[in-house]
Amino acid sequence: MSIAPPPPKKVNRIGLEVLNYKGSKTTLCAGCGHNSISERIVECFYELGVEPYKVAKFSGIGCSSKSPAYFLGLSHGFNAVHGRMPSIATGAMLANRQLMGLGVTGDGDTASIGIGQFMHLVRRNVPMIYIIEDNGVYGLTKGQFSATADLDSVLKTGTRNDLPPFDCCALALKWGATFVARSFSGDKRQLQAILKTAISHNGLSVIDVVSPCVTFNDHDGSTKSYSYMKDHEYMLHELDYVPHFEDITVEIPEGSFMDVEMHDGSHLRIRKLERDYDPTDRMAALAVLEHALAKHEVLTGVLYVNTNKPTFLELLNLGEEPIATLPESKVRPAKAVLDQVMEELR
Amino acid sequence: MSTLEVSPVEPLSGQSNHSVINDFSIQVATVNGSGSQTANTVLMRSIFQMGIPVSGKNMFPSNIAGLPTWFTIRASKHGYIGRRKEIDFLIAMNPETAREDVMKLDGGAAVVYDAPLKLNELRSDLHFYPVPFDKLVAPVCPDAKLRKLVRNMIYDGIVAWLLSIEMDEIHKALVKQFGKRKAKAAELNWGAAKAGFDYAAQTFTKTDPYRVERMNETAGKIIIDGNSACALGAMFAGVTVVTWYPITPSSSLVESLIGYMKRFRNDPETGKATFAIVQAEDELASIGMALGGGWAGARSMTATAGPGISLMSEFIGLGYYAEIPTVVYDVERVGPSTGLPTRTAQGDIISTALLSHGDTKHPLFFPCSAEECFSMSIEAFEFAELFQTPVFVMTDLDLGMNNWMADPFTYPEKPIKRGKVLSAEDLGQLGGFARYKDVDGDGIGYRTLPGTNHPNASYFTRGSGHNEKAQYTEREDDYINNMERLAHKFEVMRKHVPEPVIKIADNAKIGFVAVGTSDYAVRESCDQLKSEYDIDASYLRLKAYPFTEHLKDFIRHHDRVYVVDQNRDAQLLGLMRLEFEAELIAKLRSLRYFGGLPLDARTVTDEIIRQEGQ
Repeated sequence: MSIAPPPPKKVNRIGLEVLNYKGSKTTLCAGCGHNSISERIVECFYELGVEPYKVAKFSGIGCSSKSPAYFLGLSHGFNAVHGRMPSIATGAMLANRQLMGLGVTGDGDTASIGIGQFMHLVRRNVPMIYIIEDNGVYGLTKGQFSATADLDSVLKTGTRNDLPPFDCCALALKWGATFVARSFSGDKRQLQAILKTAISHNGLSVIDVVSPCVTFNDHDGSTKSYSYMKDHEYMLHELDYVPHFEDITVEIPEGSFMDVEMHDGSHLRIRKLERDYDPTDRMAALAVLEHALAKHEVLTGVLYVNTNKPTFLELLNLGEEPIATLPESKVRPAKAVLDQVMEELR
Repeated sequence: MSTLEVSPVEPLSGQSNHSVINDFSIQVATVNGSGSQTANTVLMRSIFQMGIPVSGKNMFPSNIAGLPTWFTIRASKHGYIGRRKEIDFLIAMNPETAREDVMKLDGGAAVVYDAPLKLNELRSDLHFYPVPFDKLVAPVCPDAKLRKLVRNMIYDGIVAWLLSIEMDEIHKALVKQFGKRKAKAAELNWGAAKAGFDYAAQTFTKTDPYRVERMNETAGKIIIDGNSACALGAMFAGVTVVTWYPITPSSSLVESLIGYMKRFRNDPETGKATFAIVQAEDELASIGMALGGGWAGARSMTATAGPGISLMSEFIGLGYYAEIPTVVYDVERVGPSTGLPTRTAQGDIISTALLSHGDTKHPLFFPCSAEECFSMSIEAFEFAELFQTPVFVMTDLDLGMNNWMADPFTYPEKPIKRGKVLSAEDLGQLGGFARYKDVDGDGIGYRTLPGTNHPNASYFTRGSGHNEKAQYTEREDDYINNMERLAHKFEVMRKHVPEPVIKIADNAKIGFVAVGTSDYAVRESCDQLKSEYDIDASYLRLKAYPFTEHLKDFIRHHDRVYVVDQNRDAQLLGLMRLEFEAELIAKLRSLRYFGGLPLDARTVTDEIIRQEGQ
């Protein structure tokens, strides 16, 4: 009897296994939408062969913000203070522009305490991925409304929300994000395409993912529940992502589609569904969100993509080499400079 | 000091029979926004160019135009450059304050004033020099719109004649002030100064005793404000990430830095910036970005004042607990709340030393001069990375925004050291690391930077409870061990902070302890106490918190130690109380001033005499 050799380990294009993209075991509730998003992150970074050491994970405070511990264990992570992850991420990206920034936050973290820093991150177009795991409630403090909860949605306690929601996608569109998408934690295929496109994008990607809280906001009367999404999700289009290392001409779909070439040469392939939608038209994007709100539809898909706008790091005229680790000769001017300045002050 | 009731007065008559040379203070009272800053700087600089030790202090309102502002220039042959309480020479340009300004003077002072104000009617014990400014400015400045700005330069000419300041030096200072690009403006102002000088020469008989005489005490020295000196220090420290939010009195620190970095820190080969300076949306974001930068390996900094420090509180706790280097400049102003935004204080000592909730404490550096703003900036960046923690450089409005005479700065000799950072090669040899493990016994763990290409490089930074491996924990022993290590690290800092400057007077029973700009008043007061009261006083000037052992020794060595505080609640003394044993605390006395003006020697001396019961 001979022992069969173990099957070769499955690896990605840089020779890493999917295991190398996982993190520690999740401590979130079973069924939490955030766990699905963590799984998508693992898959996408693995499949695209992103070097884990190049990724820096950022989060604020809340259930969603705990999740960076549960994926990309080989990447540095920074769990910051409530609502202020954008400033930590911005500082790190300034220091080392070779990093791929991946922020994960929640609707409380972003739309309530963090709305200011979120808006300024958007305004600066800091090149990073910013995922909002949006469930409309504060999970970690046991179920209070957040600022993305819809008007007239109802808490488990029966409390009705009498304030209108912030739409983080609309805010991101209005003030300068260059890739804006909405998805649903339960839609594996769409979320993968959006995440992969964000990885390829040079600029700020804001991805609002409706991610039901099974413990505090998955009941009748909630507008962020699995069942509500089943009835109210409206897909703008079908999305395919063709990585730069694959041949784009292999699979030409039937029907109407458009390709958007991303920074790294990958393509976002957008296939038309019922309506015409051009995701490079920012005004159109704002308009469809307004209409969807009125019709109680949750629009998902890529709302906007702009591959031409300079990022914040480009505006600052930074070189490719991380400024954090430049040698002394580059960051301490020579003695002659000090002498010159002293002479001017005499 | 005299009050509004000045009687009986001895009228002055005839010319002064004695001279006071190179030892007086001039106060210029103007309205802010009237361009007086140029005239005042030129006046100060021309005295400096004559080799006479000089200081200039701007007391200005939190306003852009239209409110009273005072500029005092002190010339001191003894080299005292702290504020002098007594005004010898008043230039009264502001009708709103002129009366009160005149009534406050000691008898015998000189007053140059705008003739229509008729200030000479107020008192008979002063030397009055009326000047018809509007009449004089018209012929030298045909453009009526510019007259408001040029008008002030006339008093430079008047004062030059009265004090024997050489007009050549006024001209030189003017050219320096305006630079080559604004030669026309310099010429216009020079015309006004000359008109003033000529008018004074033709009209006045000098009756006051004050004048200058050329000395050789400023050769080679520079004039610079503390904020610019900090900026230069940061640039030569190799700062790469700078974040800020405008706030008086710290704004000019970063603005000055922007100017220097644009000139000297673009890579000559690539033209690319070797730095990022970001004006953040608020102080919460500026400290967040500074910490993000520090975490990713940059030498990062932010600059702010008290209100910004309050806002940064939460993030500083994270910086302390997650152990992230950054440098925070606190250019202190008068609080609490908005307080007096344009007045000076040392009122953030306790709040900053213990900033944030839970058990936190932070190293504070206290420069007292432009030279130290430069050198201690470099030390602060080094220290922050060595100890992986936020370091505060505590200056104040007086030091930061006023112009100071200084020795040229010394180029840093030691190469930049980045602290305990493990590279991919290091990790290859070690196999791995535990971020918060005290390997060397100094409480400082080893860190890695994001982007380090090694499978064992990553760790998870968090403000929540963590163990040696940076993993989440709520375990009692993990928490206690970590906090004890942080406390130990703070103890190790004591041996590495800049050491105090100590001057022991023989037979002294009393001593002073002070920080920062209190230095000028304290040093002058020591001389006053000796010459006027025959009291010997020692002096220890702290340069940093945590305190070194020198402080305890100093207190033991003396019967009574006066801790000088520019705040109401004796904050510096309070910090000592927190950690000293009872017998040392019993020796401490408090000497406080918190009126918003730079501390002066007379206030210190009078208070010592009162407390010493003499």
